[in-house]
Amino acid sequence: MKDPKEIIAARAAKELKDGEIVNLGIGLPTMVADYLPEGSNIVLQSENGILNMGVSAKEGEEDFEIINAGGKCVTVKSGAVFTDSAVSFGIIRGGHVDTTVLGALEVDEKGNLSNWIIPNVLMPGMGGAMDLAAGANKVIVTMLHSQKGKPKIVKKCSLPYTALKVVNLIVTEMAVIEVVREGLLLKEINPDYTLQEVKKLTGARLIISPNL
Amino acid sequence: MSIKNKIQKADEAVSVIGDGASIMIGGFLCCGMAEILIDALVKKGSKNLTLIVNDASFPGRGVDKLLSAGQVKRLIAGHVGTNPNVVKRVNAPQKSDRLECILVPLGTIAERIRAGGFGLGGFLTTVGIGTLAAKGKKTVSVDGKKYLLELPLKADFAFIYASVADKFGNGAYRGSTRNLNPLMASAAKHSILAAKEIVEIGQIDPNNIVTPGIFIKSIVEG
Repeated sequence: MKDPKEIIAARAAKELKDGEIVNLGIGLPTMVADYLPEGSNIVLQSENGILNMGVSAKEGEEDFEIINAGGKCVTVKSGAVFTDSAVSFGIIRGGHVDTTVLGALEVDEKGNLSNWIIPNVLMPGMGGAMDLAAGANKVIVTMLHSQKGKPKIVKKCSLPYTALKVVNLIVTEMAVIEVVREGLLLKEINPDYTLQEVKKLTGARLIISPNL
Repeated sequence: MSIKNKIQKADEAVSVIGDGASIMIGGFLCCGMAEILIDALVKKGSKNLTLIVNDASFPGRGVDKLLSAGQVKRLIAGHVGTNPNVVKRVNAPQKSDRLECILVPLGTIAERIRAGGFGLGGFLTTVGIGTLAAKGKKTVSVDGKKYLLELPLKADFAFIYASVADKFGNGAYRGSTRNLNPLMASAAKHSILAAKEIVEIGQIDPNNIVTPGIFIKSIVEG
């Protein structure tokens, strides 16, 4: 079976539309860029101050003055712009980013997001996640459906929030779930899994889409 | 143009930084970071410093050199996940060794620095509402929408990097080296610029200068 993270990245890539301005978070969300269709016209924004970021730099061809928000050397596309952090986050907060793809520790049925701290265990910091979650027009969460058998999609987040009522879509290796007013709408199931398996590893009530 | 010679060696430039100083250090994951000034400050050994940074760099690089040398009392940063030494220092067994780490959303840290440098009393943002980042902050309603009041950040010193600077300290940036540098240059009482390349005044096209040299007190090559 394929790496679950690859399944997630490939599925999330289908949500991004041509012409959109997109910010991909660090880690799994960054992998989404590898699955964009050839010749797609998506403007990638990197919070360290790049608009129209290209693919990773080839070994031996790195320019250490051009990195992505994960610290890796990248290239830029024709028409790229470099900005300072105030402009970069102004773009994010100002609603000029159409879609952001973020990782998560937990998402709950109200679309609340927790992804920056596990008190006393892990404190990486929120980085740009609070800005992106609050500012982007659409928030897609990419994450594994569960962590060691424990659901990550829950009724109410147990970890400190990143932002409230912001998540629009959750893409996992098992399913695609939309956050709607009534709760969590199960739209797609990966054929490798059954509805029962998805329900068992989901900690919140799922509304089953009539189209499923 | 007659000007004071601002060019110094790194050791000379940081000699003014005493114990307890607050320092803004530009750079995003070490890109666009004045490492030469950090090295000189490690050598000088000033202690009880407050650092205002984008992130905590990587072990052995950037601001980690000051953290590992035990020179930092307080770290104000957006992200520290790339440097496990921060967590170790925050949880140090000896209370006197413990680092105070204040995490701030990256866009908020940038805008607070901008406010500090450009005479603003703060700014209003929805970022952080309903989260730990809102703790202790005032909320303000504008047209029925709730915002957090974020206050300006200033510092005693700033370490600024530029790809090219002239001898007055007018700085230009390549690639993603810009990040917090132009903002911090304005928000510190004493900003020191490290430039990879130093050229004569007039050699940088004024259209391409991002950081005006009026913010810069001294210039170091490196």
